[in-house]
Amino acid sequence: MSVSTEVAPHGHGEHAEHPEYMRHQFDDMDQQNSAASLGMWLFMMTEVMFFGGFFLGYSIYRSEYYESFVNGSHHLAMFLGGLNTVVLITSSVTMAFAVRAAQLGKKNHITAFLVMTLLLACTFMVVKFIEYKDKWDHHLIPGMDFVWTDPGDPRTVQLFYGFYFCMTGMHGLHVIIGVGLLIWLLIRVKQNKFNSEYYAPIENFGLYWHFVDLIWIFLFPLLYLIGGLHE
Amino acid sequence: MSTLEAPEAVAEHKMPRDHFLNATHTVKSWLLTMDHKRVGLLYLISITFFFLIGGTFASMIRLELATPEADLLEADQYNTAFTMHGIVMIFFFLIPSIPAVFGNFIMPLMIGAKDVAFPKLNLASWYLFIFGGTFGILTTLLGGVDTGWTFYTPFSSTYSNGNVILAAAAAFIAGFSSILTGLNFMVTIHKMRAPGLTWFKMPLFVWGMYSTSLLMVLGTPVIAITLVLLMVERGLHIGIFDPSLGGDPVLFQHLFWFYSHPAVYIMILPGMGVISEVIGAFCRKRVFGYEFIAMSSVSIAVLGFFVWGHHLFISGQSIYVGMVFSFITMLVAVPSAIKVFNWMATIYKGSVAYDAPMLYSLAFIGLFSVGGLTGVILALMGLDIHMHDTYFVVAHFHYVMVGGAVTAFMAALHFWWPKITGRIYPELWARLAAVLIFAGFNLTFFPQFIVGYLGMPRRYHVYPEEWQLLNVMSSAGATILALSFAMPAIYLLWSLKNGKAAGPNPWRATGLEWTLSSPPPEHNFPKTPIVEEDAYDYSKVIDNPVVEDEVEELEHA
Repeated sequence: MSVSTEVAPHGHGEHAEHPEYMRHQFDDMDQQNSAASLGMWLFMMTEVMFFGGFFLGYSIYRSEYYESFVNGSHHLAMFLGGLNTVVLITSSVTMAFAVRAAQLGKKNHITAFLVMTLLLACTFMVVKFIEYKDKWDHHLIPGMDFVWTDPGDPRTVQLFYGFYFCMTGMHGLHVIIGVGLLIWLLIRVKQNKFNSEYYAPIENFGLYWHFVDLIWIFLFPLLYLIGGLHE
Repeated sequence: MSTLEAPEAVAEHKMPRDHFLNATHTVKSWLLTMDHKRVGLLYLISITFFFLIGGTFASMIRLELATPEADLLEADQYNTAFTMHGIVMIFFFLIPSIPAVFGNFIMPLMIGAKDVAFPKLNLASWYLFIFGGTFGILTTLLGGVDTGWTFYTPFSSTYSNGNVILAAAAAFIAGFSSILTGLNFMVTIHKMRAPGLTWFKMPLFVWGMYSTSLLMVLGTPVIAITLVLLMVERGLHIGIFDPSLGGDPVLFQHLFWFYSHPAVYIMILPGMGVISEVIGAFCRKRVFGYEFIAMSSVSIAVLGFFVWGHHLFISGQSIYVGMVFSFITMLVAVPSAIKVFNWMATIYKGSVAYDAPMLYSLAFIGLFSVGGLTGVILALMGLDIHMHDTYFVVAHFHYVMVGGAVTAFMAALHFWWPKITGRIYPELWARLAAVLIFAGFNLTFFPQFIVGYLGMPRRYHVYPEEWQLLNVMSSAGATILALSFAMPAIYLLWSLKNGKAAGPNPWRATGLEWTLSSPPPEHNFPKTPIVEEDAYDYSKVIDNPVVEDEVEELEHA
């Protein structure tokens, strides 16, 4: 492999001329932005594989203990779950607007839409808390405090609740991390860190947030709507 | 049989004035470094530490097995020893070994990049690794864990008295370090290649890193979620894997091996990349069948995801499923053999120099072939029922992992040591150590094939007297192995102060990393290089290494 003495455009020598948001290892903003974007998509792939383990386990036991899963599902608050679905989808819309505002470099709009997303995320967690509290009051905490008097084998209904808490819990953890990241983004916006050339963190957080939304879109019917509508 | 050393030329070299090692000196500058080369060295130091811990447990195992009776360890202690040996060696040495050390240090140099795509994330990966490692050490100090490194349920989730949650957390956290490293490498290889460096001009080591990263990114999250379920089950008794609560222990085995089988390719693919580099350089030839070696790495990575069921032949899984897994497992032998044959073809009629990296590479080819072929034997369902959980499996695994991955790690360490430190190590000692490691290794593990075939099960601290001779041979070999691993530690450290300056390209090898001074400057390439030629174009390599003055000039331009 021979190295030409010719200098590629944007060599190290020009480093000093670059804006502060451009990292030293990149030659230009295009490269930096596309690297960030690819990194985020790869990260989503790992997330898909991560949640995939839950979905696999869920599918197996649902087909094995279908009756118990239906019975367990009927004790979930379908209205609250549905409400949370609407809340999250709306937050995805506001997030998409925030990304658009970032592309256009409109700082006030970015702030407004990020705050809306943040509030909706918190709403989601409050509703989730109400649901968890209800399960706690009704002794539906698997492993710790589980009392089941309705039809169905208590052990396998407990398995359903195990998956319910693991899956919604892990999803909720992602929402909480999202809240933290939103606050961080808002601070960065306030500090004027972003402009129409550099807004990759907002765009990539948008991808993350849509992913979190998407997981819930799968969780809601799988957990709340087994055996059709109820209540 | 000539060597590459040209004493007159070497004597002229001097250490470069400024390089990444002397750019800054504070501890803080190391612990908060964003330089991929320094992160690589942080990993080198940490995995060497874990190699020592894992080796200590291995010594305890071999010492106990020198006699048929239990004299050094109780059954429980022995369970802990082999479990900790496995967990430490796999999660804290083998998986990070070549990717995190040489992938970090060399790969960005090979593709002409100033750093990896995400330097902060790279440093964060090291901290995650150390955080996970701390959990691992804590597990050890609190009495260890006794489930075997495979954490099979329901023993691990319900009955074991060891620190299962702590050990699982250690592997979980280290797993994220691995995911983030893989992600970083994939983005780096996609986006940071120098102008002109198209995919099929990349050195084969980079192809190895890419395939490995693919496995890390897609496989590791699955073990992460599996360990989460395991910890939840053990902590709360939810019963996902516990049959008495309606769960299915075989589901755990499926989930576990869905990652852990690809994980052995995470451990071996980087090694194969190293061997391709070394063989090209020490045969002075373009690596034969370049495209085939490159694509065989990718196909091993892809096929690797569809063979996990061969660990479950006796778990009660359907015999037809077993047949499919058996067939796909044997398919993996095809790309592996493509590599071996192409390496042989490269050596054929090459002007071979038997320096230490090449000795390790030759050892790799032989040992990996034995390990790989016994793998085909184990892929046969009928034979596997006989050999399942015997020392035959242990020997097969160690031929691939120690004979393959660790030998390749040693090859890489010797090949790139002059690049990393700027110093030449004592060649004679290095060759002696290579030969001793090869001999010690075979003496340790070849008898295990025999004793395993005879039926000695793994994971027992006692055995019938008639197997003592083979076990004593194995323990004697392990002693040689341990002592000969101490040799590189001594002479490499000695060379840091006393070794001759290496100059930019002591092996007269091709590749962008050899165009830089050794040790490389802090920001790698003073000017982004433009690549015009294919990899391993040894027909065009001039016999004189690059003159330092030119390099210095470039760097201070």
